[in-house]
Amino acid sequence: MSGQPRPGQTRLGQTPSSTLGPFFGMLLGRPDDATMVDDATSGERIRVTGLVLDGDGTPIEDALVEVWQANAAGRYRHPVDRRDELPLDDGFTGFGRSPTAFETGSWSILTVRPGPVPDGHGGMQAPHLNLVVQARGMLAPLFTRMYFPNEDANDADIVVSSVPAERRHTLVATRGDDVDGVTTFLHDLRLQGDDETVFFDV
Amino acid sequence: MSTDSPDLPRLHPRDHADHPPFRYPDYKSSVARSPDHDLVSILATLSEATGPGPAWTELSPEDADLTTNAGTGGVAIGARIIVTGRVLDAAGNGIPDTLVEIWQANAAGRYAHWRETEYDAPLDPNFLGVGQCRTDSDGTYRFQTIRPGPYPWGNHPNAWRPAHIHLSLMGPSLGSRLVTQLYFAGDPMLHLDPIYCSAPPQSRHRVLAHYDHGVTEADWATGWRFDIVLAGAEATPFEAEEVA
Repeated sequence: MSGQPRPGQTRLGQTPSSTLGPFFGMLLGRPDDATMVDDATSGERIRVTGLVLDGDGTPIEDALVEVWQANAAGRYRHPVDRRDELPLDDGFTGFGRSPTAFETGSWSILTVRPGPVPDGHGGMQAPHLNLVVQARGMLAPLFTRMYFPNEDANDADIVVSSVPAERRHTLVATRGDDVDGVTTFLHDLRLQGDDETVFFDV
Repeated sequence: MSTDSPDLPRLHPRDHADHPPFRYPDYKSSVARSPDHDLVSILATLSEATGPGPAWTELSPEDADLTTNAGTGGVAIGARIIVTGRVLDAAGNGIPDTLVEIWQANAAGRYAHWRETEYDAPLDPNFLGVGQCRTDSDGTYRFQTIRPGPYPWGNHPNAWRPAHIHLSLMGPSLGSRLVTQLYFAGDPMLHLDPIYCSAPPQSRHRVLAHYDHGVTEADWATGWRFDIVLAGAEATPFEAEEVA
């Protein structure tokens, strides 16, 4: 069981979260952070873009969307992922982040379509991006995922299966018009209200 | 979130009782930017057991000194301080090799950001107010910077943010992600600040940096200690070349 202190060990209280405030763009989400690939990266390039919307349906102009994902072979660049039979890319960390544009409220990243990764419970997960959403006005991060449209594996995914059926569509991107030959996916994140995006207790 | 897989490391879930609520009406901007639904519980997978913290490598030591990192050759104006502490997992182990990023106002309370247009306090050309470092093998981070000033904001009449430094940490797993704000213990403005007060009373003290004479350097800078406890995976010392 997770979260229980081991014998003889005290569990420390967590440092409380707080908001990014309006000025995080001084440091977090610089333009280079949104380009997750370089010439050495293997895999199909994809552009993912969307709005972050508040409860009134208004685009949020000072949000930050962070992406964590496996590479095209389905491997995470992390010491816990010990599947050495799968390649790591020199040109790909799996991490990117994009602030929403002040004028439009849209975020955008250039990355690769990830491969499937194990769920740790005997099965495979459908390809997905892990997203962390923060903004001025948000006192804690919200964790969600983006899945790809027309993937049969989505229905069997252990995390998708945890979500009430009528809300699952909020986790699936839609295909947009390709830009300069790059496959583009559209994925809005709704913090509140009708069609509120599913957020996970991570 | 729960983990019961032998294939995955032990994860400490976010303890929501220690964190602010998503909706805290005294902080007006939170009202429309907070979910109506409860978070959905999931079984942790490899995606939650990993995270971007260990993937970052390109930092230079200069990034940890905000008094000189503006690239002007000049030195920032204000009270020089050292801010240091350990980044810990919930079991008390230091988390090595994790990215810590900070941003802040200058000594006059002014951010070097184009959106700061209303507070007519001076900018310091030698102070950008941003820094980065990685924790060492003990989980210790250390910045040299300028003590920030308080500044006004529009939340309510005569609203002022107490002096604070924003911190961003990645940590060993996805759920370790933390953005928080460090305040200076003894600041009389804290109880007037809805953002400070949004943290629950039992955990609020954990965002206070304390003066530490052992950190203070003679004839140079005063020292402040601020330890940070992250949710998520416990620290697992690893060789850097495993991910290189």
